[in-house]
Amino acid sequence: MSITASVRTDDFDAAVELSALEALGGGAVASFTGIVRGEGDLLTLHLDHYPAMTQMQVERIAADAMARWPLLGIRIVHRVGTLRPGDRIVFVGTASRHRKAALESCAFLIDWLKSHAPFWKKESFADGRESWVEAKAEDDAKASEWLSPTP
Amino acid sequence: MAGLDILYFAWVRDGIGRDGERIDTPARDTSIAALIESLAARGGGYAQALGQPTRLRAALDQRFVPLDTVIGDARELALFPPVTGG
Repeated sequence: MSITASVRTDDFDAAVELSALEALGGGAVASFTGIVRGEGDLLTLHLDHYPAMTQMQVERIAADAMARWPLLGIRIVHRVGTLRPGDRIVFVGTASRHRKAALESCAFLIDWLKSHAPFWKKESFADGRESWVEAKAEDDAKASEWLSPTP
Repeated sequence: MAGLDILYFAWVRDGIGRDGERIDTPARDTSIAALIESLAARGGGYAQALGQPTRLRAALDQRFVPLDTVIGDARELALFPPVTGG
């Protein structure tokens, strides 16, 4: 069982993350990569976080997934700092013996990271406007779905 | 005498104009909500950033907690908007 969680400013290589998961000996690897959307005239997306808590909280979230699915490994990378449209923000990858656990835990992890990890996004636009992204009720709802017992 | 470190993030930090401060340890049974109310009463940026507690979330010693949580022996309180990572 292998968990790696990295919070960093520099970019990541999804292929490197996937290879590490493939080497764990399971039959299934699933992943999600989040990219900065170039909506409107977005110039930059700044990710603020709570440094003393972030790493620990991401590890707690990974441990929650480990407790719920039979996983061989989890790799999470979350970037902070200033990003531009097209940049990678987040990577979540899971490895398991079978696809169901890999796919479900990957979906759980990204939903949970959105609503349970101390990151905040600020958008800066070409005309000088800046605004903090508002949390979406639908993201909370997505995360809450994982709390109900699976049918 | 130990104090309580308060950290501010995102627009809470912007509104208050600082990223944190140390205050004298509040009475043990003070809730986070009560402390927010007393900070907001300072007026200015504090009133602006902390005046609507329903828009705020908190972490006590680096764990997310509801605002009605009692501060007790905690050493670090963080106040911020709902998170928007991922």
